Amino acid sequence: MTVFIIRRLLQALLVVFMMSVIVFFGVNIVGDPVYMLVSPDADQADIEAAISRLGLDRPILEQYWLFLKGAAQGDLGDSFIFGEPALRLILHHMPATMELAFSALILAIVIGIPLGLYAGLYPESRMAKGIMAASIFGFSLPTFWVGLMLIMLFAVELRWVPATGRGDLGSFLSIQSSLFTLDGLSHIFLPALNLALLKISLAIRLTRAGVREAMGLDYVKYARAKGLPMRRIILVHVMKNIMIPVVTVMGLEFGSLIGFSVVTETIFAWPGMGKLLIDAILQLDRPVVVAYLMIIVLFFVLINLIVDILYSILDPRVRLQDQGA
Amino acid sequence: MRKLTAATAVAAGILAFGAGAALAEKLTIGLASEPTSLDPHFHNLGPNNAMSVHIFDRLIAQDEKQRLSPGLAVSWKPVDDLTWEFKLREGVKFHDGSDFTADDVVCTMERAPDVPNSPSGYGTYLKGKEVIKIDDYTVHFKTEAPYPLMGNDISTIPVISELGCNSATEDFNAGTAAVGTGPFKFQSYTPGESIVLVRNDDYWGDVPAWSEVEFRPITSGPSRVASLLAGDVDMISGVPTTDIATLEGNADIQLSQGVSNRVIYLHMDQFRENSPFVKANGGGDIKNPLMDVRVRKAISMAISRDAIVDRVMEGVALPAGQLLPEGFFGVSDKLDVVAYDPEGAKALLAEAGYPDGFELTIHGPNDRYINDAKIAEAIAQMLTRVGIRTAVETMPRSVYFGRASKGSPEGLPEFSFILVGWGAGSGEASSPLKSLIHTYDKDAGFGSSNRGRHSDPETDALIEEALRTVDDEKRQDLLAQATERAIENVAIIPTHFQVNTWAARKGLSYVARTDEYTLATGVVKE
Repeated sequence: MTVFIIRRLLQALLVVFMMSVIVFFGVNIVGDPVYMLVSPDADQADIEAAISRLGLDRPILEQYWLFLKGAAQGDLGDSFIFGEPALRLILHHMPATMELAFSALILAIVIGIPLGLYAGLYPESRMAKGIMAASIFGFSLPTFWVGLMLIMLFAVELRWVPATGRGDLGSFLSIQSSLFTLDGLSHIFLPALNLALLKISLAIRLTRAGVREAMGLDYVKYARAKGLPMRRIILVHVMKNIMIPVVTVMGLEFGSLIGFSVVTETIFAWPGMGKLLIDAILQLDRPVVVAYLMIIVLFFVLINLIVDILYSILDPRVRLQDQGA
Repeated sequence: MRKLTAATAVAAGILAFGAGAALAEKLTIGLASEPTSLDPHFHNLGPNNAMSVHIFDRLIAQDEKQRLSPGLAVSWKPVDDLTWEFKLREGVKFHDGSDFTADDVVCTMERAPDVPNSPSGYGTYLKGKEVIKIDDYTVHFKTEAPYPLMGNDISTIPVISELGCNSATEDFNAGTAAVGTGPFKFQSYTPGESIVLVRNDDYWGDVPAWSEVEFRPITSGPSRVASLLAGDVDMISGVPTTDIATLEGNADIQLSQGVSNRVIYLHMDQFRENSPFVKANGGGDIKNPLMDVRVRKAISMAISRDAIVDRVMEGVALPAGQLLPEGFFGVSDKLDVVAYDPEGAKALLAEAGYPDGFELTIHGPNDRYINDAKIAEAIAQMLTRVGIRTAVETMPRSVYFGRASKGSPEGLPEFSFILVGWGAGSGEASSPLKSLIHTYDKDAGFGSSNRGRHSDPETDALIEEALRTVDDEKRQDLLAQATERAIENVAIIPTHFQVNTWAARKGLSYVARTDEYTLATGVVKE
């Protein structure tokens, strides 16, 4: 297992390097950040000074080499706009995004899996049909629109929760999060729900498909013939077998929750990394865009690794080895 | 998270409240765009400047119409051709209790142009000026040539204390160095989330009505409006034009509107015989017709400013006939908005030798000015009606401005006919004249945004003379003359002035500002 993990980490490094080439050159051919930064009052000399201060007058290969040299020492460059190290800026915004993604994932699991299980066990019931119909909405409605509708309903009409922003922070086991205060929870409810809708639908569909397939298999028939209570058959035998695809997909989806919660964060003015990324893209803050994508690549690689390890726990037949290792 | 509290400031605020100085009232404002730093010298950007007005005073203040009024300086006047004397206000204290003196001014003027990592600094306003302390409450600014705009330039520089002069940008963001003389004191700053300020009860000017102000950046327009409707915030800036009609009908909401110093205008290629986006009918090459003043005049006459204001801007704009709206220093009282006259435009085109028109592409941004892409489309339709078949191409500002400034293979402006806007930060007409109309001259720093490269020696001479003339009345006349000549030559085609809209809950209104700043001191209870 150790060899497996080391091997995967080395692969990860290679992926990150390739990614740095694609992202760095991709970002550098779009637009001109200087005109996004300088005040309109600036004259030609001011503009030239800004260009050389940002190092944009150097050849692109030299810029990339300087970036690589910095990256090797953990310095992904300074934000053009904030003048701070891009990495630090992203880490500042990370906790807000993590708690949002985490809340959305929890919602997806606690709502999606039981509903999917029900729909799989009683596929002909009205309730099941209702659940499946609702899940189609979850898939097809655009996040942007749903977010605004949620705000209009729960914040403007009913006034149950605030429309935007992040609430007070609480501290628990020395972790600072808005999940530990009532005010914080009331703020996170809408964005988390908005972010979770698609994932809930996904969990419902995956679970339902798995349950329907498993219920007809021999081991379930055998267990029933053996006289095991339905409850035990479903919760222990069926669930364990259908969890593999669910864990895989949810794991990957967690990555996308963290990496690309851009729309939700923008609508709900949530001060997370997604908001930082979209602002950086709009204002051509190249170092932040590059650093962000590097970090997200790392995340995906790590999540994949964790998913693989979870497999082997769920299904002992899966060995954590590459072919030929 | 970076959330630091200036405990002393809070304590002082509570003590003052305990003394019954004024009622404790909190104001929450949803901002359309967020400052990038609390260091007042870090980034010369609208939202940053607006935020710093709360904490830091300037030597000279700009009121809501950008007229100059005494700030930390009680008077300023030229004592000889090359020297301006500023008398400073006595008895003013910084938030940390230290006295404000000439030393603070000197170190401020030294730090402002020279902040490490600053994306766009304040050196633009301090070039060629040397500051000298005469006594504790007198400073002199020396220049190499007579310089009439001293007051306007100095009004852009926030004054910090000697403590701040020795601090880095991070110290300002953490609050330890965010110590000014302004009406509000720093309390906390969480980037992306909130900026909280508390009242400075010892303020030398009018003490604000609000004991605490929280600014929350909500960049998405619909969410900003929803936050106001939900009662999360008391006021928002940048109300989307599409929401104005709905909000007007809402009895719980009060709108405040005011014209801005931003003119939206068209630049035309006047320097290339073969302009890349001007073609003969059918797509062949053609000698650039935009170099002919009659063609430019025809284009101006073919555009219905009223239609743009009524239909595209939903009434929230003013038709423009010159570079700044009336009331600003240096505007001409002889210039009217060019009347819509499609027949006259056709006749002029025929006279210029283009009876059947030609083909043109208008380029513009789609995320910079209010309704920018729609305006470009409307203009294209109007021009097509008089025979100039016009295509539209819009793009994000991050791509647009670089290409519009130097996108051609030779590093020249890439486009032939563009839609742009200009906000006169100085609040008077020399700002657009110098940057948009004057001949492009890199060494002198003139015409830096003259993307049409219009060039007229006589206009240049008027502008340069105005910039040398210290006498206000004479300068006003020269600026007006330069504007008249530029409009006569159709150097650019102004279409409209933007009107900004703020919305607040019932009972509050905002004193709209031409500089588009959102200031807590401008929010009044009715």
